[in-house]
Formats: sequence, C-alpha cells, structure tokens
Amino acid sequence: MSINIEEIFIRNVPGSRERLIRCRAGIAGCGGLGSNIAVTLVRAGIGELIIADYDRVELSNLNRQYYFLEDVGKLKTDALQDILLRINPQVKIKTIVEKLTPANIGELFSGVDIMVEAFDQGESKKWLINSWSSHHSDIPLVCGTGVAGFGKTGELKTVRIGKHYFCGDQSSDMKEGLCPARVAIVANMQANTVIEILMKGEGR
Amino acid sequence: MITVNNRDKLNWQPGMRVNDILKEMNYDYSLISIYINEEYVPEEEYNSREVPDNSSVQIIHLAHGG
Repeated sequence: MSINIEEIFIRNVPGSRERLIRCRAGIAGCGGLGSNIAVTLVRAGIGELIIADYDRVELSNLNRQYYFLEDVGKLKTDALQDILLRINPQVKIKTIVEKLTPANIGELFSGVDIMVEAFDQGESKKWLINSWSSHHSDIPLVCGTGVAGFGKTGELKTVRIGKHYFCGDQSSDMKEGLCPARVAIVANMQANTVIEILMKGEGR
Repeated sequence: MITVNNRDKLNWQPGMRVNDILKEMNYDYSLISIYINEEYVPEEEYNSREVPDNSSVQIIHLAHGG
C-alpha cells in the first residue's frame, strides 16, 4: 500500500504542518509529561525531536506515561522512539540516554528551536531552568509544575515570564498521587504552548 | 512599591535584595524560580541582587510531579 504521510496532517490547522516540520524541539525527560508531549508534537507535525531519559519503563509508569505493557523493561527513549515512528515514520528522533546535568544540558540540546522541561522532581526542574538561562537564554523554555491529584481543571494555567513558560497549578505535589488525566492535561498544555510559540515564529 | 506575582504589594526600601522579599513574603520553600521584571535571577544572586523600586517580581513554585 502506498501512503502519503502528509495526509496525517490534513485536519491540522492550515499552515501548521508546513511550519512545524521545519522545527526541532528538545524534551528533557520521557515520563508522564515528556512521553505525552512528544506524541502530541508528532501528531501536530513537528519535524524533529530530541528526547532524553536514562530510565527504563516500569509497570508503575503505565498509569500516566505513553507506554504499553510490552515496553516494560525497555529504555524509555527507545520505546518512545518506536511509538513516535509508528505515528509518523518520517519524523526525525534523536535519543539521549544519559543522566542530564547542569554541565551537559546546554551542549546536548544545542540547536533546538524550543526546549521542554518534563522532569518529575522539583529539584531537577530548578537546575534545568537555571542552567538553560545561562546557556541558552534566547531559546524559549516550557516547564511543567503542579500536575498532581484529579479535578481542579480550572486551577491549571500557563504563565509566561520572558522566554520561560510554566504550565500547571504551581502547587499540587506528587505525594497526592498522580492521576493520568491531570498529567496528560498539563503535558498537552505544554505541547500546546510549544506549538503556539513555534507558529508565532518565536522559537530560537 | 513592589508587586509580587501580579498580586501582592510590598513597600520598597533602598538596597532591597531578593532575599529580603522572600523573607517579607514568608517564603521558606527553596524550589522556586524568581524573575525581576521578567529577567531570571540565579539563586546565587538572591543575596546580592538589588530589586529596583516599582519592580514586578515573580516567584514560581516548582512542584514535584511529572
């Protein structure tokens, strides 16, 4: 069967695939936020993703992360790459399988048009924001903060400060438990913000 | 006058630093990201960076979970 990949995108907003295919986004973390963000960006028509994580898929991830039973034990980057290529075999995916640190993040993600923070620990979010500011203050950064619990949809917001964007309620803590709906909403708020920034031509 | 998170107002004093604002706002939580007039302030400058009068200060709470 001969298929035209571009047909995937004919229901997307007119003009968006044409612009997004020329864009490259970085995603730090392939968990509840990162895996859902990556899938949405590929469906939106992004041209290239750099995805980073050194963890393997565990059963306890399947409540909110975009993986399947057969992925358990695989590297998250490998499993996610397979899933993304099953949606669009022409999307370019670069995987990074190492622990991200303040020392390596600037170089590993150099060349992206936009960066996405998708860690789970607040401490990691903090150093990423700090490090990104010193290495790439000209490249927009979209963070997730406050995704726990269920309901309270109206408390989820996106705040822009300069080139930094924060999606979430800025208060709920994972100790409350992580409900798939709320994590996926915030992931898609981040993806939506990425798309909006790139469509406005405000990426790097 | 200083505005914090587009909501709270603080009286400005000459020589006011970022740390003074955190103290006045009773912030003791360390997982935050701070901006003065949309400019990011690294944590190592909280003690030294002066906050000009009429500044808009934004303090974002970085919550665990993802």
